[in-house]
Amino acid sequence: MDDFTEEQIERYSRHIILAEVGGKGQKKIRDASVFIVGAGGLGCPAGYYLTAAGVGRIGIADVDTIEISNLQRQIAHSTKKIGMLKADSAKSTFEELNPDVKVITYKERLSSKNIMDIIKDYQIVIDGSDNFPTRYLVNDACVMTKKPFVSGSILRFEGQVTTIIPNDGPCYRCLYESPPPRGLVPSCAEAGVLGVLPGVIGAIQATEVLKLILGKGDILKGELLIYNALKMSFKKMKIPKNPNCPVCSEKPTINELIDYEAFCEVRPY
Amino acid sequence: MEIKVDKKINIKGLVCPYTFVKSKLAIEGMEPGEVLEIILDYPAAATNVPRSMEDQGHKVLKTEKINDTDWLVVVQKGKE
Ligand SMILES: [Zn+2]
Repeated sequence: MDDFTEEQIERYSRHIILAEVGGKGQKKIRDASVFIVGAGGLGCPAGYYLTAAGVGRIGIADVDTIEISNLQRQIAHSTKKIGMLKADSAKSTFEELNPDVKVITYKERLSSKNIMDIIKDYQIVIDGSDNFPTRYLVNDACVMTKKPFVSGSILRFEGQVTTIIPNDGPCYRCLYESPPPRGLVPSCAEAGVLGVLPGVIGAIQATEVLKLILGKGDILKGELLIYNALKMSFKKMKIPKNPNCPVCSEKPTINELIDYEAFCEVRPY
Repeated sequence: MEIKVDKKINIKGLVCPYTFVKSKLAIEGMEPGEVLEIILDYPAAATNVPRSMEDQGHKVLKTEKINDTDWLVVVQKGKE
């Protein structure tokens, strides 16, 4: 443990004290790499906490620029950064918090063309995307490359989290086989969200990632955690593995990545 | 009874929780059964460090005030 500096020992002392972390666990965190899809409501808090925790390398992908309406919930950005790329803004905020962390930005839209090449450099993926095409793309890419990923979503007052370990439990398509038809997706104008909700969900996603890195505790594998902020309730629902899942079953019918068409121009989440 | 000490650290000047952080980092680098000797001078740490070491599965062999300001804590590393 001698290769932590005195400053790092102080910075991570509240981790090192924990029996489940210690210097050894903190080293695992330092040596870890996490790819975050989206620098929005979920990616900001998830990335912020993982940066604080000292994750060695964080990749963050987002093509959008900051709008004033994002600031109600996307806590890595700020008023003076309106118009700036979200990925750049998140990088500067994270690096200000913890210079130990290397943040790499991806400012291109994720698609079947580039996602494999990007995620191969990371140990774990967090999906904080705000649209169905990306959600399914990330699921399929992670299943195909056997990469663990933590999926999160939010709408109005309710959020969901599940952790997918390919080949060991169900995937997102076992839960929702394909993107919903247009009519079932709430129209963009309807899609309000309580600003603090993604903070809770993104922090849970970061918690799952840290436990995966440390190899400690129970993760949301095969379970969907549903948080309702209005009722202040947490519920867990079992997700059965679909033996006929189009992507993670023994005889998958989807063997190539699909670029679904986006439903809605204004991002609902 | 003579205790064979495998590693010694002096953490005088450190306060809680760094007394335990430093002690813990030192013992992590050792093998189960090996013995760590800690010299400290922060009074609260004389009770806190041994207690935290016991909590995390190590065996405190000795806690002793050795002069006006310092304590000696001797800990045997437990199983991982
Ligand atoms: Zn599946």
